[in-house]
Amino acid sequence: MNNGGAEAAIAPVGGSQPLEWKFSQVFGERTAGEEVQEVDIISAIEFDRSGDHLATGDRGGRVVLFERTDTRDHVGHRRDLERMDYPINRHPEFRYKTEFQSHEPEFDYLKSLEIEEKINKIRWCQSANGALFLLSTNDKTIKFWKVQEKKVKKVCDMNMDSTKAMGNGPIVGSNISTSSKQYIANGGCTSNEFSFPTGGFSSLQLPVVTSHETNLMARCRRIYAHAHDYHINSISNNSDGETFISADDLRINLWNLEISNQSFNIVDVKPANMEDLTEVITSAEFHPTHCNMLAYSSSKGSIRLIDMRQSALCDTHSKLFEEQEAPSSRSFFTEIIASISDIKFAKDGRHILSRDYMTLKLWDINMDSGPVATFQVHEYLRPKLCDLYENDSIFDKFECCLSGDGLRVATGSYSNLFRVFGCSEGSTEATTLEASKNPMRRQSQTSSRPSRSLGSLSGVVRRVKGADNSGVDANGNAFDFTTKLLHLAWHPTENSLACAASNSLYMYYA
Amino acid sequence: MAMIDEPLYPIAVLIDELKNEDIQLRLNSIRRLSTIARALGEERTRKELIPFLSENNDDDDEVLLAMAEELGVFIPYVGGVEFANVLLPPLETLCTVEETCVRDKAVESLCRIGAQMREQDLVESFIPLVKRLAAGEWFTARVSSCGLFHIAYPSAPDALKTELRAIYSQLCQDDMPMVRRSAATNLGKFAATVEAPHLKVDIMSMFDDLTQDDQDSVRLLAVEGCAALGKLLESPDCVAHILPVIVNFSQDKSWRVRYMVANQLYELCEAVGPEPTRSDLVPAYVRLLRDNEAEVRIAAAGKVTKFCRILSPELAIQHILPCVKELSTDSSQHVRSALASVIMGMAPVLGKDATIEQLLPIFLSLLKDEFPDVRLNIISKLDQVNQVIGIDLLSQSLLPAIVELAEDRHWRVRLAIIEYIPLLASQLGVGFFDDKLGALCMQWLKDKVYSIRDAAANNVKRLAEEFGPQWAMQHIVPQVLDMINNPHYLYRMTILHAISLLAPVMGPEITCSNLLPLVINASKDRVPNIKFNVAKVLQSLIPIVDQSVVEKTIRPCLVELSEDPDVDVRFFAGQALESSDQVMMSS
Repeated sequence: MNNGGAEAAIAPVGGSQPLEWKFSQVFGERTAGEEVQEVDIISAIEFDRSGDHLATGDRGGRVVLFERTDTRDHVGHRRDLERMDYPINRHPEFRYKTEFQSHEPEFDYLKSLEIEEKINKIRWCQSANGALFLLSTNDKTIKFWKVQEKKVKKVCDMNMDSTKAMGNGPIVGSNISTSSKQYIANGGCTSNEFSFPTGGFSSLQLPVVTSHETNLMARCRRIYAHAHDYHINSISNNSDGETFISADDLRINLWNLEISNQSFNIVDVKPANMEDLTEVITSAEFHPTHCNMLAYSSSKGSIRLIDMRQSALCDTHSKLFEEQEAPSSRSFFTEIIASISDIKFAKDGRHILSRDYMTLKLWDINMDSGPVATFQVHEYLRPKLCDLYENDSIFDKFECCLSGDGLRVATGSYSNLFRVFGCSEGSTEATTLEASKNPMRRQSQTSSRPSRSLGSLSGVVRRVKGADNSGVDANGNAFDFTTKLLHLAWHPTENSLACAASNSLYMYYA
Repeated sequence: MAMIDEPLYPIAVLIDELKNEDIQLRLNSIRRLSTIARALGEERTRKELIPFLSENNDDDDEVLLAMAEELGVFIPYVGGVEFANVLLPPLETLCTVEETCVRDKAVESLCRIGAQMREQDLVESFIPLVKRLAAGEWFTARVSSCGLFHIAYPSAPDALKTELRAIYSQLCQDDMPMVRRSAATNLGKFAATVEAPHLKVDIMSMFDDLTQDDQDSVRLLAVEGCAALGKLLESPDCVAHILPVIVNFSQDKSWRVRYMVANQLYELCEAVGPEPTRSDLVPAYVRLLRDNEAEVRIAAAGKVTKFCRILSPELAIQHILPCVKELSTDSSQHVRSALASVIMGMAPVLGKDATIEQLLPIFLSLLKDEFPDVRLNIISKLDQVNQVIGIDLLSQSLLPAIVELAEDRHWRVRLAIIEYIPLLASQLGVGFFDDKLGALCMQWLKDKVYSIRDAAANNVKRLAEEFGPQWAMQHIVPQVLDMINNPHYLYRMTILHAISLLAPVMGPEITCSNLLPLVINASKDRVPNIKFNVAKVLQSLIPIVDQSVVEKTIRPCLVELSEDPDVDVRFFAGQALESSDQVMMSS
């Protein structure tokens, strides 16, 4: 609702001119030969709405927060700042802010099930009073966190002689506290014993707080648990600021942020007989401005749009988006690779981006006949689907993201590569980058094969949608299926990308 | 370090613990803030304690909540109403915290203080506070401000009043839906303080904004405003301005909004008067009763009696009753259940003839409903229909329904029907009860589930109360006592429990002659659990029976039990003996 200014600010930068991506920062870079700890692998990335903060979650259940350092000083009225229209002269730079342990490994004794601490998703909530709020979830439990600067207090000038108490050892101290507890338990005994003088007792004094250092504190404010039988794959905030949804394989639940002990099941695709199960929910997201609309994707490659106004139970969709594979090209893998791993609404609320194994698709919610654009991400893998199936890579869940202006989309691939496509009318932008300090390295290599590059400008390979993929090394050996770039996020207002390559967080700008 | 006099020691500890590490101790200190304030005296409370609390605003929510509550009643401790304004700063900070319950409590306390403040102080300190909050940087402050306007507005001078109305209008259009929700919630309260001319212009335009909000969550709160505003406006204005809004809302795209209308509609009828009700609201209500969404029908069905009460019986029969008939066969059990819980109340509204002709078939079909909730709801309101047509017409269908519920396989259903048995007994009369229900009551005492046996014992007692000891002696006590010979000790225990409940109702004579011998007999039971329960029952009998009986019968039995090999039996026997000693001492 309030993003107008920001979008306008970057509009002139957009257009069909391909972006020149540059390395900005890396956090947790791996040194040569260093072995990556499983728990350090990043499993979620999310910018907050202003783009001033970035959060990552990892398999060890930790959430790490970064804050932007290049922004102007936060002076003036927040609402003015929200509307402020300013030219960007520097690219976003972030610094480590704080981290906290969001989830711990658990064991469900009733079901004899281990619950991993891995953070599946992070979503930022409305901030208030200078504190940051975010939701984080693992497979089963969603938590609402508040991160705030807290004064470190040192209390002095007590009525009771604390030095004496300390001198006499801890026993005296505990005596004092127990006696006071008894006094309190006895209720208003003093009010009966004493008559208070009008001037009060001058000997009593209030404690004085001295030190005013501040310290960042993360506190878990609410825990939304025991509502999911299956693994939670998505959480998403509503634009009304008071509700959010959580989706698992078969159900979507609606929560009020302030109420953690009940939720409403709004979508349930569980068949009466589990043997009839053919389709599961893979991702769900609220519309960015219409509080009544949400979309969810399925393992069959369809996206369903739901209007929560129509009915309390949203088992029937109001719109269905899917593209049937031509029967001729059907194979054993057709259904597997059709499964959508992630969907994202564009900021305008009109488009939905979806990622399946081979492609990115952009949908217009007013057009359910087919996607408005399809981008091949790694078409060169098609001959190798059999290998990918055997080593389970075919089930990898790549995320996708849109730029704030909706002109570009991005998603990850193998060998720590990620791809950026232009999706505005007539754009042929298709860039492959590597999550390293030299993102263009991959392209300079490939561009050395002149016959394979299509319309390459300044040594960057740009591929038209669905065009030949042979620009990239196709001998197969060079591709490392273990280094996959699953998670990435686009800054909400600027052309800046954050990508997770294993345990490292790489930031790029253009 | 100050030296503290011995008697001040507890207060000193209390003060120190305002800053203790342990949240429980801090909480205790805050709850005793009035004691601290009295010990410090009014002046130091104003100059030291209140500023101290103002700084203490990043504590845990529980502490802040307690503080917000205490400060609401703090006027006497700061020196009376003329110093009330010193309490505003700490509450103002509490109005901005992000925890909703703390903010709500702070607003409530501010309202309480504002209501007592002198007019001049309100203008000088309360109104500026409201304006500061309304212009607050974070939405939390703006949310809180909405709840303070109705206190600030009445004492403001004209110019300031105009400004306050403008600010409120701004809040109704705030970027944040949370703020607009709060503005919608509080609009009715604020409107009540606004002068009639402004009400029609300013407030109505704010109301219009809210009714057209994009967010369902705002619009549905505006529905509540309809009723409040409707009551403030003159009837013609109400018809002109509110009625179209309600009719629109009743056809809103969002079922949540329609749900709210269904809940509130009967209140709006009063505001618009009988004629528009007939022409517009009745059709709107009929639409809601036939809504696509079950949740809406549930809400509408639940209000059917209240709505009919406002209408004339003819209108109700003509328009509402056909819908009620449809709802009684609704596909959703929850709709039928909601209908069943209120439909009996329609009998007095429609009168005897219409009830027999039209409602009775519906009652009967609901009594045969496949879901126990529906049947239970009908049975629970039996008294209402009994007053109109008498029970005879229903009794034929009633009995099978009761018997079926009494034997339902879900124990919660059985429990629910047991709770209604005394009501049924009083409605149906002794004769009917003897024939049909007596056996059921005995059967429940032998239920497999403890809760049912427990409720059954209680039920026996309530029946004895209803029909008197004589009747109970003839019809239930012998059967109950028979069961003390049940081979299973758990059932014997139930009977002991029933005896202890029956004894006070039956009186000392029957207790001594019929109940006590059984209990004494049971003290020779082979199961220790029975024996220590005997001790407990005997203890409860001591105050009821005559002193001589205690001496002759109860005490010897208890003495014997107090030498039992089982430790629990000895313990409870000992307890009972002790209490009998006390009774003797006091008499």
